[in-house]
Amino acid sequence: MKTDNEVILEIQDISLSFGGVKALIGVSTEVRRGEIFALIGPNGAGKTCILNCVSRFYSPQHGKIIYKGEDISGVRTHSIAARGIARTFQNIELFKGMTVLDNIKLGRHSFLKAGLLSDALYYGRSMREELALRQEIEERIIDLLEIEAIRKKIVGTLPYGLQKRVELARSLAMRPDLLLLDEPMAGMNLEETEDMTRFILNVHQMWNVTVMLVEHDMGVVMDISDRVCVLEFGRKIAEGKPEDIQEHPQVVRAYLGEDESAYSRLG
Amino acid sequence: MSWTEFPSPDYPLTLPSLLLQNERRFGDDRVAMREKEFGIWQAFTWRRYLEHVRDLALGLLSLGFEPGATLGIIGDNRPEWMFAELAAQSVKGIPFGIFRDAILAEVAYIIDHSGATMIVAEDQEQVDKILDLKEKLPRLKKVIYTNPKGLWDYEDDLLIAYEEVERLGRELHEKEPDRFEKEVLAVQESDVAMICYTSGTTGTPKGAVLTHSNILSMVASLNEADPKTPDDEFVSFVPLPWIVEQTMSVYSSLYSGYAVNFPEEADTAMADLYEIAPSLIVASPRMWEGLSREVIVKHQDASFFKRAVYEFCLPLGYRWADFKFEKQRPPLIWKILYWFAYAAVFRALRDRLGFSHVRSAMTGGAALGPDVTRFFHALGVNLKQIYGQTEVAGYSTIHRDGDINFDSVGIPVSAAEMSIFEPDSEGVGEVVASGPGLFQGYLKNEEATRESIVDKCFHTGDAGYFAEHGHLVIIDRLKDLMHLKTGARFSPMFIENKIKFCPYVVEAVVLGHDRDYVTTMICIDYKHLGKWAEDHRIGYTTYSDLASKPEVYDLMEQEVVRVNDSLPEKARIKKFLLLYKELDADDEELTRTRKIRRAFVNQKYEKEISALYSDIDDLPIETQIRYQDGKTATLKTTLHIRKMKPEEAYRDLFKKKGFWSRIIGRA
Repeated sequence: MKTDNEVILEIQDISLSFGGVKALIGVSTEVRRGEIFALIGPNGAGKTCILNCVSRFYSPQHGKIIYKGEDISGVRTHSIAARGIARTFQNIELFKGMTVLDNIKLGRHSFLKAGLLSDALYYGRSMREELALRQEIEERIIDLLEIEAIRKKIVGTLPYGLQKRVELARSLAMRPDLLLLDEPMAGMNLEETEDMTRFILNVHQMWNVTVMLVEHDMGVVMDISDRVCVLEFGRKIAEGKPEDIQEHPQVVRAYLGEDESAYSRLG
Repeated sequence: MSWTEFPSPDYPLTLPSLLLQNERRFGDDRVAMREKEFGIWQAFTWRRYLEHVRDLALGLLSLGFEPGATLGIIGDNRPEWMFAELAAQSVKGIPFGIFRDAILAEVAYIIDHSGATMIVAEDQEQVDKILDLKEKLPRLKKVIYTNPKGLWDYEDDLLIAYEEVERLGRELHEKEPDRFEKEVLAVQESDVAMICYTSGTTGTPKGAVLTHSNILSMVASLNEADPKTPDDEFVSFVPLPWIVEQTMSVYSSLYSGYAVNFPEEADTAMADLYEIAPSLIVASPRMWEGLSREVIVKHQDASFFKRAVYEFCLPLGYRWADFKFEKQRPPLIWKILYWFAYAAVFRALRDRLGFSHVRSAMTGGAALGPDVTRFFHALGVNLKQIYGQTEVAGYSTIHRDGDINFDSVGIPVSAAEMSIFEPDSEGVGEVVASGPGLFQGYLKNEEATRESIVDKCFHTGDAGYFAEHGHLVIIDRLKDLMHLKTGARFSPMFIENKIKFCPYVVEAVVLGHDRDYVTTMICIDYKHLGKWAEDHRIGYTTYSDLASKPEVYDLMEQEVVRVNDSLPEKARIKKFLLLYKELDADDEELTRTRKIRRAFVNQKYEKEISALYSDIDDLPIETQIRYQDGKTATLKTTLHIRKMKPEEAYRDLFKKKGFWSRIIGRA
């Protein structure tokens, strides 16, 4: 998918502090429609804070977040989903006692319009909605993410790598325009990482979705991102194409330390 | 036209013509195949089946596919696989299958050897393999992909979507509506229908050339021995390039008109099997062994009461199976007892496994241990052994209903002429086969053809003999039969199957040729043994760690004692070791159909084997392990060698345990 230059999300000079701890200090950046945008930086740099500000878990004390031309830094948290922003979490936040299918369906819950009565009777609009939802989940989510074999399994019994995939599936059920992924490859082995990378690319293509990604695995970030933004101690220190970022001396120092051998890890 | 006679003598007897006849016979009234997709079983009637084949066949013509050209097919078992096969055959092309998990070198060899110009590849994974090989395959003109996922922005002139080819075909069909039928009816019975690449335990794969009459003569004769009807249901999950699956999914289904069901994914096969509850099933010995292992291990997790009922009923089932094997009429008391066991356990267990409607279950490709056969018959699953070669178009022998002899592979079907070549005094010799199924030779390999066909007989390389009532008994591969230094002959496969009945063993390699005694290398079942270790509070990290635990060795020692007990004195296992990795087809240790490549294994594990025949107890090992993602790592471990004690030491093991055994033991 080609990215155009239309800006879908603009972060303007946001600052966030918890008591005396300054998590974000005047960070500004923008995400363009259709791109894969990566946020990287050492632990505690504020990457997840930015995602949390966008998804409105946190409210920045200063600055604006403009999504599709609208300032969302003041809107209520629950209305974020309806605007087409979906996310996954660093530590999996699924309903462990429910099946995979139920978890995915829940992602669409806020979009279902049928009333209580027709839902109870499974009649009219409720039935139509349910069938359309089923079709979309099966054809565009389960098939895409290759989780056919586990659709009726209880989430809590699944291995970690699969739970991550289910979380991605649930966020897709929200039909997002902007997908926020918080460390989707964390804790995965090489094979699972490769699979996840492939799924993110497939999702990006098939769903025409803009992806904002926080990730520590430099190999993945450099391979799939269109642009990368680097944070250090709450400040943005660089932004640009992956190949430029790899060369950036400040980034190498901040993110990987002074050691010369760090260069090889970036490559 | 009425279809009192099917296949009709008015049509040539070829596979595409059978499809045409089935479409005339059943039209939209009957389902020919189902595929589970998007969580729902999607049905194809015979008419839609024919339409897909027609569109694809004409599409291939539009792309410049010529009569006699070969078409490679690689992917999972899917309707498109069968459409592609029949489409090629409809226009006198020759399809051949490639195992979907084949590595690059194998794929390259087979495509190049067959001279294929077009390939039907399922998905991104397979397309990537072929595109990687593009430089090596200059003849390749088109790669037709059936699943576009992930291929959206591939730009390569070789690639064309399956739907696009079908669209081209539909255009041609509109222009020339009679074209397809004309093409189909022009296919002769003597035309080549298929090239089957045999997995070969030695060397590179060989392509066996089979004609329509080769295939259909054998299928007709198999159908006499084991009749099938259009009402049967079959689930296809054994790899389609293999003749065992071809015979059931394609040939027999066209010949008998039953429906073939394709699982959603390989991982969901067992759940999908349960939903279909097929009447016909064919699986490799591996799968039957796996299922029996699963039942044996999982029942231990059940509650005390359930476990007790299972343990009470299983011996009843075994006794019932023995009545059947001995062709005796069970006495009334046993009928009542079995009815009770069936109601209490077996009915539910069969249902859970997806076998509630099974009428004819088959196993083929390698020998299945008698214990496993007995286990499934105890459950009431009519499990039959089949035997045959790709070179004689598939199934040559089969157990008839009510005539199961678990030592034999069954009785030859009427078209298979099987005999023993130069039998020795005991009647044992090489099994040779001939008849209308005899293949046309190996593709581009005169030498191998000359070696294997002598006097119009195919030399199978298997040692066997005919037992009473015409049952063929296969002992082992002729070249695998082993002789101890003392001259005693034994079959490693026979012993391996005994060992593999143990729920904690996936593979075993028995050794001892030209040695003083028999030994074995065992590969543990990581999943089940891991569970056992957890239950017994034994900590472990990896496969190799688990395989080196003394407790695990003790457990295996008991199993070896059990096996030894049923072996003749001279062939008993004296030493064994637990291998630090599972044998794998990717490491060339097994064939794709999961037979051991002995020569290779003997070479690769030379050090381990020589340790089994020397006086050491521990062998330090440092070896390269290749992971599935291509990474290699060095594995350092110490391999233990367990020497079996003299037999008296194990007497206690054979004391009868458990309520039922005590009753039987007393009686």
